[in-house]
Amino acid sequence: MKVTIDGQEIEVQPGTTILQAARMIGGDIVPPAMCYHSKLEGSGGKCRCCLSEVSKGSEADPRPMPKLMASCVTGCQDGMEVKTKSSPRVQEAQKAVTEFLLINHPLDCPVCDQAGECDLQNLSFEHGKSESRFIEEKRTFEPEDIGPNIQLHMNRCILCYRCVMVADQITDDRVHGVMDRGDHSNISTCVSHAIDNEFSGNMIDVCPVGALTDKTFRFKSRVWFNKPYNAHRDCPTCSGKTTVWMFGDEIQRVTGRKDEYHEIDEFICNGCRFDHKEVSDWVIEGPREFEKDSVINQNNYTKKLDTVVIETEETILKGRAIDRKKISMSEIDFNEKIDGNPLNSTING
Amino acid sequence: MSIQEISLSGRKKVVSNKEMTFFESMYLIAIVKGLLITIKHFFRKKATIHYPEQVREFSPVYRGQHMLKRDEQGRENCTACGLCALSCPAEAITMKAEERKPDEKHLYREEKYASIYEINMLRCIFCGLCEEACPKDAIYLTISKELVPANYTREDFIFGKDKLVMPLDIAMKNAQLKNAN
Repeated sequence: MKVTIDGQEIEVQPGTTILQAARMIGGDIVPPAMCYHSKLEGSGGKCRCCLSEVSKGSEADPRPMPKLMASCVTGCQDGMEVKTKSSPRVQEAQKAVTEFLLINHPLDCPVCDQAGECDLQNLSFEHGKSESRFIEEKRTFEPEDIGPNIQLHMNRCILCYRCVMVADQITDDRVHGVMDRGDHSNISTCVSHAIDNEFSGNMIDVCPVGALTDKTFRFKSRVWFNKPYNAHRDCPTCSGKTTVWMFGDEIQRVTGRKDEYHEIDEFICNGCRFDHKEVSDWVIEGPREFEKDSVINQNNYTKKLDTVVIETEETILKGRAIDRKKISMSEIDFNEKIDGNPLNSTING
Repeated sequence: MSIQEISLSGRKKVVSNKEMTFFESMYLIAIVKGLLITIKHFFRKKATIHYPEQVREFSPVYRGQHMLKRDEQGRENCTACGLCALSCPAEAITMKAEERKPDEKHLYREEKYASIYEINMLRCIFCGLCEEACPKDAIYLTISKELVPANYTREDFIFGKDKLVMPLDIAMKNAQLKNAN
């Protein structure tokens, strides 16, 4: 089957959706998606971010589709012509959807642990307005404890149902779901049940916003201060392929590896995610690269650096030992070392 | 005319090295000339002022020492989001965040707060980018005349929250002023 998206033709299998076809082409034309997740069956069709204009239905029925279609759940037909980025209607719709998604979003990015790797942040950066027209009070929920590892912030949720699908498709029994209806719908465990399934931690990775975050990483650092590395270990329950987020020699957080659309490649178990935070547990493969304009790329270290040798005295290069001791954040040991000695050793003053 | 004789700047002077006469070697006229220059300066506008009695006018964009603001209810604005540290070109700011406990709601405005907030005054260049980056209006560069007081050890220039957070009485005064207006 032949599909044309923004003037670019591609040959696809029957049953491919417009979004998948656009991702095969890649580049600018890929519509943004908040609720669709390529590894989860039946996901998509909820957030309406990926709306696209079908200007020609198919070869057999060339009439354009009257309304904008959600590209993640609309299948391709032979001879279909789709406009995404090039259509002003689509641009307008994406702006409106972004505004709708942000209506109840608390905008507490300075507090939120997801800030910096948040899909909603990226979406509003690209399509959002700088001010809000919503003057009513935002919906709020009582904080709920859903277990020892996962922190739920219901106020930030955009009801994409990804976490429900992860629990359905990856774990054996789902203990949480979406309660109530309409404006009151919320993610909950109903009878204060703790989520403790071995693969439940993947809910954190699939959440496009900061509604589900890692309790072991809560407020520890901001994502752009961490250095992410690809790492793996021999895990009996999962593939063990992860990204470790390091600060100095300390692993502060372990997540699954995400692809260019921020969707998890391989789901990892809770053992890898929450319990193995020693450097000795992991084999580090190398730095993980991010998009060019991601904030995580600040202090970019992914390129090879040439070491410059300056031939002079050691005291000129390094300064006196008494001057080199760590003076800021003195209460906290970040495993820093001077000449191989731990910071609080007597040699370093 | 040869190139040696042209004065491109118009200030070229030919220096003569001729012998002084007896009258010139007594320097009488030269002394009077010099004194005239000195006396002329008595009636010129003075370049100096009588500090500390007099104080020069500050630039409207003057940036002095940092302050972490409190809101009208005396709660700290800072949520330790790290944007000041991210924007700091001198890498002078470090912080550690902590979660607010239920009985600390009167101390901190948001559910996260900075338990440690340090500015290395030896590194700070007073550019004000932290103030610009702050989404919570928390950090401000004040107009305080004293930039960084002199001290003896390098540790004394690491300003922690004890030196940076706005004193409570200023916060109370601000709240009263706001109510009065």
